[in-house]
Parts: sequence; structure tokens; C-alpha cells
Amino acid sequence: MVPDNLDEAVNKSNSVPDLEVKPQDLYHANSFITRWIFCQDAKVIGIQYSLTAIAIGLVAMVLSWMMRLQLGFPETFSFLGPAEYYQFVTMHGMIMVIYLLTALFLGGFGNFLIPLMVGARDMVFPYVNMISFWIYFLAVLILVASFFVPGGPTGAGWTLYPPQAITQGTPGSGWGIVLMLISLSVFVVGFTMGGLNYVITILQARTRGMTLMRMPLTVWGIFTATVLALFAFPALIVSCIMMTLDSLLGTSFFMPTMVELGEKLEYGGGSPILFQHLFWFFGHPEVYIVALPAFGIVSDLISVHARKNIFGYRMMVWAIVFIGALSFIVWAHHMYVSGMNPWFGFFFATTTLIIAVPTAIKVYNWVLTLWRGNIRLTLPMLFALAFIVTFVNGGITGLFLGNVIVDVPLSDTYFVVAHFHMVMGIAPVLVVFGAIYHWFPLITGRYLHEGMGQFHFWVSFLGSYAIYFPMHYLGFIGVPRRYYEMYNSEFIPTSAEGLNQFITIAALTVGFAQIVFLYNIIVSSKFGKLAGKNPWQACSLEWQTPDVPPGHGNFGKELPVVYRWAYDFSVPGAKEDFIPQNVAPNEVPEAKAEQT
Amino acid sequence: MFVAIMLTLVTVGSILFHFFSPWWWTEVASNWGNIDDTIILTFWVTGSVFVAICLFSAYCVWKFRYQKNRRADYEPENPKLEWWLTILTALGVAALLAPGLVVWNQYVTVPKDAYEIEVMAQQWYFSYRLPGEDNKLGTSDIMNITDDNPFGINPNDPNGQDDVLIDGDDIHLLIDRPTKVLLRSIDVLHNFYVPQFRAKMDMVPGSVTYYWFTPTRTGYFEILCAEYCGTGHYAMRGWVSVDEQEDYQAWLQEQETFEEMMARNNDNKEIEIVAK
Amino acid sequence: MKKKESIFKLLTQKPWDPDQAKLDDLHEGQTLNLSKGKLGLRFIMTVSTIFFCLFIVTYADRMVYPDWQRMHEPFLLWFNTLTLIITSIVFISAQFESKKKNFELVKKRFLLIGILSFIFLFGQLLVWKQMIDLGYFVSTNPANAYFYLFTTLHGLHLLGGLIYLNMTIKKVWVPQEVVIKKVQHSVELCAIYWHFLLVVWVVLFLLMLLS
Repeated sequence: MVPDNLDEAVNKSNSVPDLEVKPQDLYHANSFITRWIFCQDAKVIGIQYSLTAIAIGLVAMVLSWMMRLQLGFPETFSFLGPAEYYQFVTMHGMIMVIYLLTALFLGGFGNFLIPLMVGARDMVFPYVNMISFWIYFLAVLILVASFFVPGGPTGAGWTLYPPQAITQGTPGSGWGIVLMLISLSVFVVGFTMGGLNYVITILQARTRGMTLMRMPLTVWGIFTATVLALFAFPALIVSCIMMTLDSLLGTSFFMPTMVELGEKLEYGGGSPILFQHLFWFFGHPEVYIVALPAFGIVSDLISVHARKNIFGYRMMVWAIVFIGALSFIVWAHHMYVSGMNPWFGFFFATTTLIIAVPTAIKVYNWVLTLWRGNIRLTLPMLFALAFIVTFVNGGITGLFLGNVIVDVPLSDTYFVVAHFHMVMGIAPVLVVFGAIYHWFPLITGRYLHEGMGQFHFWVSFLGSYAIYFPMHYLGFIGVPRRYYEMYNSEFIPTSAEGLNQFITIAALTVGFAQIVFLYNIIVSSKFGKLAGKNPWQACSLEWQTPDVPPGHGNFGKELPVVYRWAYDFSVPGAKEDFIPQNVAPNEVPEAKAEQT
Repeated sequence: MFVAIMLTLVTVGSILFHFFSPWWWTEVASNWGNIDDTIILTFWVTGSVFVAICLFSAYCVWKFRYQKNRRADYEPENPKLEWWLTILTALGVAALLAPGLVVWNQYVTVPKDAYEIEVMAQQWYFSYRLPGEDNKLGTSDIMNITDDNPFGINPNDPNGQDDVLIDGDDIHLLIDRPTKVLLRSIDVLHNFYVPQFRAKMDMVPGSVTYYWFTPTRTGYFEILCAEYCGTGHYAMRGWVSVDEQEDYQAWLQEQETFEEMMARNNDNKEIEIVAK
Repeated sequence: MKKKESIFKLLTQKPWDPDQAKLDDLHEGQTLNLSKGKLGLRFIMTVSTIFFCLFIVTYADRMVYPDWQRMHEPFLLWFNTLTLIITSIVFISAQFESKKKNFELVKKRFLLIGILSFIFLFGQLLVWKQMIDLGYFVSTNPANAYFYLFTTLHGLHLLGGLIYLNMTIKKVWVPQEVVIKKVQHSVELCAIYWHFLLVVWVVLFLLMLLS
């Protein structure tokens, strides 16, 4: 149907981008509104995404303090009833997973770093990119609105399992849940627009010489995560649409025949487990949507600050791709005790434990990059090290929960809470911090304050470890999650109360350190020490821009041409211990790359 | 130096916490002690990996700290080492998975002679049904539920007439008898979980789920709901008592059957009518 | 344009290897031999396909429950399907004309397509009305619920397409002002999307018809 010649003609017209910039091709912002609000520059959009995500993330952090106050000191705070508690749990979880981490890694870091790192002037569809941010912003507004509607936000737990999510016994089962579902659907629509941009920019708009295998691992991580998101988010929107109809129009997609509080409801015949399958078909890739960009970024942080190429680059790329592919066939490990056919357990336990192998390889390669490196203990490096500790800790508890029989006593206890907070809360957030300390000099041209940074690092790392490591042991006792309070259960030793108080205090302390961090960002962006060009002496392209911070179009008049991979650190014979990607071989005559 | 020491301290601290923590699982009261064994096995395998990686990083951080006139090695990859690590990891994972699947197979294979009881959940309590003398539970349906028939038992099913109903009281189990719990919910998702039995499974409205265990120790244990089920989730508890034969029989004699309950309800109605 | 390379070969390149570097230096930075518009469209179609496939999976799952009742199928649906098929045929002819640069004819074809699409959407609304008059509401039975859901989602996809069609019509209207290739490209993208929507509709229609 599609003739070849037309295809070619079209391709020729916009295939290889010219190195020199044509003025009409570049989007120029000329007023305040187009420069900072409805801006089409990916870097500004990235910052807009990040600031929105961090702002809503702060709300989620305050919610977590409320929860911890209740758990550490039950019956002390009269404003915390069970309904409020469950609403806070739900909103905390949903905000952190979707509106903070997903938006920050892909919308924030993705937008800022992709064009710079692959040597493009901007995303391929800048206008769609701008729309994407504003749709995300709308989703956040709808989410926030649910705090102010009658009945309050939904308290269905972040998994929103029906039938409970839309029946009377759950707080926010009227307005709250509907707004939540709409907000999620809007988020997915916005994200799909952004995701399209990231994928096509990485595939089609790289600069000359930038092969896929020359890209920094950050780009690989974000790329794979975006592909996962494009494939996984439809499952979320499908389940949201169907549940909205169940809630508003009385259909019975997920709603079985049921008697609630002595009354037979109109519903009948639906399958609650079907929702769980859909939800986790999205939900498990979602874990990797957050984790893969973190893997990529941390690889780059370690490599740059250890002054050594990332060990086993190819294996790292394969592991990212392999993990991404496998993540679609492990979802039911969240449902071992959900009442699904128990024979599924064999299959999903096996696939889940297989995914541990590439993940372990990544960990080995990070620590082997440290081996015989020349390690600068800068703040980004510290955060990367803390990431390794927390990620390995959270990863191995995943081996407990992925192994179907071990999951039986531990599922729905605090062990699970500790596990996923360690592995997809603390570990990625530490990477976010590391990344901010690393790229802040590129965004603003200034360093973050070192002293405050050290304080922030040690309190965040040790504090969050002190929160979640002991929490696993509550899970071993059998303390169930999502309990507003435990009363005096006989099987729980009374000393567990002390442990809960300790965890609460640690959580508040860690929260306080984040305020110091925010203060640091605000003050340092104006008064921080000037960083100059390429302060960390990195090789990748984002540090090679003519201006710092990079302007519109990123690379000034001419796009860089790439001659090497992103990890030419400590090349034997070279004068410096790094050779940027855009330095031609004849410009470093002393260097001879070793054959391996 | 400081960073390396801190990394070591975190690792050593974690090990010490593990051995000296007063928080550990309750004494097992069912045949699922082998679930505990799989956990212990996982602990040793994964724990040693954790310690090895953390200590290795701490060593690297100290040994290869930045020196101005030193160069890092240039080593893009080492396929031999990487493949060895992959194979070793795969073996380790297999060593965790294989025993796990064996035990899971036991968990999902119910012995033929298992005694069936039904647990019915609703917001926010459990009620129970025993099969009575014919050892068969009668059929039930949510549509049959009325004030007089809170379990929704099919009134025309002869198997259901002698079913023993326990509504709003503790359930008793006979020690050393394999028991299969049939789990049913009439409103939202719930879960039937006794920490000492180690086992759990969700209760799903519209279908019947199950698991089995053999109580191995007499005692009085708390039942928890372990699937979020609304505002009262945290208060949804029950108690199970594991009895020796004599105590169990004595308790069983006192319970009401479905037939008796229906009769009592009818009597009550007649009394009401007469009173009017 | 670079030659096609197998993904395995690509992923086993050693980027630090000097011999590989010589090859890599010649790389133009584009992976697939496709325009970005076409690639974007392909991604949209992939995501929508997954979206509809997931609905179909839930449909198949929900169907086996005992409360499922066969849906009443209004005859009008056949007419609507025919409209959609005709639209696609007109699109093929429009593509043909655009290749020959007969933009006057393309213009007429596009207006016809717009009208046919609205007829289709109107027809779908009429089917809704018929169903409601017969007492089949969204919540009457899951089969009906799926019917309303599928028609709505398909209709929304079509409306999205109409926005792009409108943009293309604007381009066709004054073709001398823009590069002719870009217009042809737009026409082609539009056509692909419409054929895709036809396929989606036929699959959904058959699904509802045969179950």
C-alpha cells in the first residue's frame, strides 16, 4: 500500500539532521510565558516536571509523618482516625510511586538529559512535549482536588482493589475514588505523549557518531523504562476506565454479587481478581519504570566519580533490556495469596527469581567498577554507594517475597512494606539525590553547598536504613500492614512498641533533613560556588555544551560529533584521565585505546 | 576512610541486629515449619551476598581512594569473570527456588482425608461453618442470605441441615487433624491469617479459596485479616483454639446446627406473632 | 542511509574497540529508516493496540461468568461498518491522487472522508439510542457495558484522528505554500491511521458479534 519512493522522498527531507542549526528549525522563546510557562524547550519542561513532582512529593512526605505518628504513638493524636489514616496511606503510596518517582525520573530527568546526552537540539516533538507536562500538571491538580471533596480522598490503599475501593466501608468511596481514577487516566494520557518523544528522540535524533552502544547508561535506562511504560500504562488506564464505570454507572466488570452491611448490592458476576491481574500487569513493570532509570543514572555517577569506565558496559545494557522484557511476565508474584489458581505460583516464582540474575549482575558490575578505580568521594558518589547498600538490601528481601512459599507467611506484613520501601523508595530516591548533586552545576552553573549536602546525605542514608531495616523484623513477627493500630496482640512482644516509636522518630529526622536539602537547593541556586564547565570532568555530551547552563538548542551553532563511548576515563597514555565523547582521535595523539 | 568505616559499621550493625533482635517469629503451631526452614535458607544465602558486597565496596572505597597521580585501570569488561558470576548467581537462585517450589507443592496439594471447614468473612468479622455429622458442607449462595440465614446456606440441601454454625464466637480445631479451610467472603476481599500457622490466603467474594494445615500445638491464637478491607480492617480479628480430642468434643456438643437455628428462628417468629 | 543491522549484532558491539569506533564514527545517529512522524504513528498504534487487546482479554475473561447474556445487535451496526469501509477506500484513492499531486481531488476526497466519519459517529449514536429505547442500559449486562465502552473508545480515537485530518486538510488547501512531500506525508499518516481504526472496529465488531 505504501510505495517505496514516497517513503524515501519523505525520509530524505527529514532524515539526517544538519549539524548547523537553521534558525527557523529552532524554537525560540521570546516572552516570559513562552520561556518559562508554556515552554517547548525540553530542559525547561524537565525542570517543570521535577518541581511539580517534588512539590507533590512533599505532600506525600507530610502524609507519611502523619502515618508514622499514629503507628509510633497510637491514641495520642485525636485528629488521626482510622479513616484519615487509610486516606493518608493511600495518597502517600500513589503520589510517591506515580506522581513523584515516575514523573521525576522520566518527565524530569528524561526531558532534561535525553537531548543533551544524545546530542540533539530538543525533543523531536517539542509541542507535544509541552502539552505532556501540562496534562501531568492537570493530573496532579485533580489529585489534589480530591483532598477537598466531600468524603475526602480515597482510602482504598494504593492498589485500589475492588470491590472495597468503591463500596461504603472504605473512606472516600464516592468522590475520592472517582477523582483518583480520573487523575490516573489523565496522567497516563500525558505520559504517553511524553514517552513517545523520549523513545523517538533516542532512536532517531541522535547526533552523528552516536550509535546506540555509545550512549550513556542513563539514556539506556530511561529509554527502556519509557518503552515499558508505554506498554504497561494501557493496563492501568483500562482498569481505571472499567472501575470508573463500575463506580459511576453501576456496571459489573469487577464487582461480584455482594452483601454489604446487610444489604444486597446491585452488582453481580464480576471478577475482583481480574482487576488485580490488570493492575499488576501495569504495577510490576512500574517498579522497573522507576528502577531502570535509577540503574542507568547510578552507573554514570559511579563511573564518573570513580574515574573509571563502567565495568561490563555491554552486560549492563543487556541486563537492562532483559530485566525490562522479563518484567512483563512476573506480575502475579504480587498475587500469590490472592486466591488465583495456585498452580500459577510455580510459573511466576520461577520467572521472578530468574529476574534476580541480571539484577545481581548489575550490582556486581557497579562494585567491580569501584575496584581499581580512583574514587572521589564526592556527594554524588556517596549517594551512589548508599544506593548500592540499600538496593542490595531491598533486592535480597525480594528473593524472599518472590519465592512463592516464603511469601505466604510474609505477604501483607511489614516485611513487604520494608522491602518495597527499601528497594523502590529509598534506593531510587538516593539516586535522585545523587543525580541532583551531580547535575545541579549543569542546571544552574553552581555547586550545591557541601556541608549541608554531607549532613543531608548521612541523615538520609543512615536514617532511612534505620527506618526500614528493623521494620523487616516486625514482618517476621507477623505484624500485618495497613493496620491503623495493633491493640495488644498477644503474639507481638511489647518491645515492638518501642521499635515503632524508634522508627517514627527516625522517619521524622529523615524528613527534617529533606527540608535542609530544599533550603540548600534554593540558596545554592543563587549563591552557590560557581562550577564552571564540566566540573566533574565527565565524558558524556551534556557537559560539553558551549554555554553553562546550556541555552536553547543545547549546543550553540554546531552539533557535536561523537567519536567515542561515554566512558573513556583513565585511558592509558592520555594526558587527562578523561576524554570527552566529542574529542576526535587525532586530538589525543598520546592515547591508544587498549584492545580487549 | 570515614566512609569505608561507616559502610562496614552498617553491615556489621545489620548482622548484630539480626542475631540480637528480640523480634522474631512466633513459635510455629502447624505443620508448616518447613516454610520457616525455607526462610532460614534464604537468609543464609542472600545474607552472605549482602555482607560480601557491602564489605567489598567498603574495601574498594578505602583502598582505591582518590590520589592525584594515580590512574584508574582501563578495563571495559571481563567476560570470563562476568559469566562466572552469572552462573554462580543462577545456581544460588536455583538453590532457593527448588526447595521453595517443593514446599509450595505441598501447600497446594491438600491431603484427601483433610477435614473441611468453612470460614466466612464480612466487614469486619469472621464466622465459621463445620460440616456436621455427615462430614459434608451444604451448598451456599450469597443470594440466600437473609437475617434468618446469615450464612446463605441452601435450605433445600440435605447436606446443609446438620452443618454446625459458629457466628460471633471463637473457632476450635482438633490438634493433629489435617484441616482444609474453605474461604468465602460476602462483601469485599479479606484474608484468613494466623501468624502461628504461617499460612494465609485471600477470601474473594464470588469464589471459594482454600488452604490446608495441621495444627500441631494446643493453644489460643489470634486470627487476623491480612487483606485491606475498609475502615475496620485493623479491628477484624478472631480467635482460634487448638484443642485435644476431649475438649474439642465438649465444645462441639454445645454448638448449634443449621436445622436447629432455623427452628429457633421460626419459634421466635411464632412467639412474636403470638405476642402481637 | 545505513544498512539494516540485526539487533543482536548491534547489542554485541564493543564501543571501546578502535575498529568498531571507525564504523561508529560514520553512523548518522538514526536507528530506524523511518520518518519521525511515521514512527510516532506506529508507536501510537502499538499503544492503542495494547489498549484494545487488554480490553479484549478482560472481555474474554468476563464472558465465561454465568451472568453474561448475548447482546442484541442492531442492524444499523452493519451500515456503520460499511461507512467505515467506504471511508478507507476513499482514503486509498486520496493517497493515490496525492501521489499524482492532484491536490484539488485530494481536497474533495478529504472533505468526503470528514463527512463519512461524522456519519459513522452519528450512526453509532443512533445505535446507542436504539439500544436505550430497547431497555439495554450500560449496567443491564456486562455484554452491553462492553458494547458502550468499545463504541465510545473507538469513537474517541476517531475524533482524535479528525483533529489531525483537519490539520492535514489545511495543508492540502494551499499546497503551494509548503513542501509537497510534507503534504503527501501527512496524507499518508492520516490514511494509515484510518485503516488502523477500521481494523480495530472490525475486530471489536466481530468479537461482539460472535460471542
